[in-house]
Amino acid sequence: MYLSNIFASPERIERLIEIGMNSFQPLLKGAILYTIPLTLISFICGLALAIFTALARISGNKALGAIARIYVSAIRGTPLLVQLFIIFYGLPTIGVIIDPLPSAIIGFSLNVGAYASEIIRAAILSIPKGQWEAGYSIGMSYSKTLKRIILPQASRVSIPPLSNSFISLVKDTSLASMILVAEMFRRAQEIASTNYEFLLLYTQAALIYWVICFMLSILQGRLERRLDRYISS
Amino acid sequence: MINIKGLYKQFDQLEVLKGIDLEVKKGQVVVVIGPSGSGKTTLLRCINVLEQPTSGILAIGDQVLDFSRQVPKKDIPPFRRLTGMVFQNYNLFPHMTALENVMEGPVTVKGISKETAKEKGELLLRKVGLADKAGYYPYQLSGGQQQRVGIARALAMEPKVMLFDEPTSALDPELVGEVLKVMKDLAADGMTMVIVTHEMRFARDAADEVIFMDGGIIIERGKPRQIFSSPKEVRTSQFLNLIQ
Repeated sequence: MYLSNIFASPERIERLIEIGMNSFQPLLKGAILYTIPLTLISFICGLALAIFTALARISGNKALGAIARIYVSAIRGTPLLVQLFIIFYGLPTIGVIIDPLPSAIIGFSLNVGAYASEIIRAAILSIPKGQWEAGYSIGMSYSKTLKRIILPQASRVSIPPLSNSFISLVKDTSLASMILVAEMFRRAQEIASTNYEFLLLYTQAALIYWVICFMLSILQGRLERRLDRYISS
Repeated sequence: MINIKGLYKQFDQLEVLKGIDLEVKKGQVVVVIGPSGSGKTTLLRCINVLEQPTSGILAIGDQVLDFSRQVPKKDIPPFRRLTGMVFQNYNLFPHMTALENVMEGPVTVKGISKETAKEKGELLLRKVGLADKAGYYPYQLSGGQQQRVGIARALAMEPKVMLFDEPTSALDPELVGEVLKVMKDLAADGMTMVIVTHEMRFARDAADEVIFMDGGIIIERGKPRQIFSSPKEVRTSQFLNLIQ
């Protein structure tokens, strides 16, 4: 162990500051061009998939329910990194070639869809049966009752756990670096491989992830307060 | 107005309704009484098909559902619109204001414009004495006020029949009167009503006919005075002795 490395000389500190300032911009660019869009697109697609999956399981239709269960089981039972590798490195061997970014979007959407479907299913089931009946009693169909009565109430219940999924997804996008997406963490790796300042670059990337997630949790708080307006405190 | 013939309802092994025949004329107020588990709530829920009868014929006005055959799913919502339902636990939509609760059916089911539905909704809220609570969310209202919004919400769909499932059972005693008053006004307006309740005084005052149910069948029916003062059946008098 070289203790001298810990006590940095003034020259070294100067070098670190310079590298840090120079790398900040490319890292941020990676976040804005890839990490954030990748998160947003995957989450929206995943959420749509999750609603369908949750409804398929609730519907009572045996075939649909079985498909949904197998999908959720397969996604939750296998590592996200392995899923990404199958899509990006595996599928080309049977002639299906997908670019890095779409591969990542497909992988993350499928992942969010499986996990969030359980959140949405639980949220829908948490709404009292009387709410369905009240909808039916004024002549609403199943789908109208779902859309107008059940989902608005279920969305309030599901905001905290869905925010968890969303924040996890922000960080999980770093796995896309393994399938050549030029997102933030990959840029940090690339820069560090030229100047060997691994601690600095990776810490810098970590801080940017933290800031993004911190802003998201503020957003979550606002959203919760907005949706709580009809609940007595 | 309502015509029920040979209505059976079975939950798995349990037969809850064992052949109900019932006729309710236009403008009639029928109160259903009976011990818990007698099937009175199930009967009410069968009339608006929240529970699907196992067999039997159900007619409201000129609309008929025959449950001895498979009833197509799409026939149920239009049939259900003939009735308005008031629930024991109100079941107001908590994410909507009182007025929005009342407007919901007319706007999303009937496709009436928001302006018209709003005017009508305000009128209905005034009718149940809640004109000043239009913008309140259910949690800001007392139980009695919530139940009156529930009645207004059901009325907004202009049903031919109003069904009440123990509408005052969840209320604090001092709030029961305001709900019963709205129901009496409704009866005076000529609304056809079927009411499951434990409010015997209300049954005596407002009902045209009282029906006593036990064990999934109608044991006795008659004018309230006859049922309460000189019941013909032993089980009726036993029940009335228990609760009075």
